[in-house]
Amino acid sequence: MIAAVATPTTTWYLLLSAVLFTIGVVGVMVRRNPLVLFMCIELMLNAVNLSFVALARRLGDIGGQSMVFFVMVVAAAEVVVGLGLVVAILRRKPHATTDDMAELKG
Amino acid sequence: MELFVFVVAGAMVLGGAVGVIVRSHPVHAALSLILTLFGVAVLFVAQEAHFLAAVQVIVYAGAIVVLFLFVIMLLGVDNAEDLRIEPFKVQRPVAVVVGAGLLAMIGMAIIVSRKATVPVVTQSQAVQDAALEPHDSNIKALARDVFSDHVLAFELTSVLLVIAVVATVMLARKPRPGELTPLEPKVGAQ
Repeated sequence: MIAAVATPTTTWYLLLSAVLFTIGVVGVMVRRNPLVLFMCIELMLNAVNLSFVALARRLGDIGGQSMVFFVMVVAAAEVVVGLGLVVAILRRKPHATTDDMAELKG
Repeated sequence: MELFVFVVAGAMVLGGAVGVIVRSHPVHAALSLILTLFGVAVLFVAQEAHFLAAVQVIVYAGAIVVLFLFVIMLLGVDNAEDLRIEPFKVQRPVAVVVGAGLLAMIGMAIIVSRKATVPVVTQSQAVQDAALEPHDSNIKALARDVFSDHVLAFELTSVLLVIAVVATVMLARKPRPGELTPLEPKVGAQ
């Protein structure tokens, strides 16, 4: 009985990933440092990865895990390009926040 | 046992995530991110995704966070941001309200759909399968899936990575004198 109650189900993992995703969304909305914004995007991607893995186990389908693999590759590419942009912008305007980048004009 | 792992790893994940958005110092935020990523890796192991857990630690906690820290140190932006500065007064309350609404929406969707009629692999069945299969069955199954069903997507990710590397080198290199770069007008070049 206790063992049946104490086993976390897929719903628990999905709720945890929902909370993690929401924290990432709130972080993107409240923070103004571009590097911290990237970290919050990583939080959201990890939340999605967690729900992919939970559902892959629930459905007994390995396809969810391969999707996580591709998400990780895309996240790595995104971070590389994003940090390249941040380096290029901050080299030109030190201590810039996202409010200073409101215009596309360099 | 699994409950204990879930609670500890979940506390790591949520504590690190909250740390990312409330710490004013970017280095502290990056270290909190490492805590979250390790927690997610533990949860991957708890769900029999052993290869992804290893990749999570190596690629995310190893490479990506080190890249973050490297950029923070390189640019010298490791001074604490004053979180009391608030350009838009309503931004934080609105963000909290939107976040609560989003969480309620996703949570409701999960709760409502948890009795979905799908073939459920029960815990005991999964444990039995894991006991019957060799210990590297996860990697083999994942490799079979990636390199057969998704081989085109796999090849395209290599193209994507090459494009990302070339783009970053173009963005971050120092311009030659008199050369126009996308982010620096000609008058600004030395």
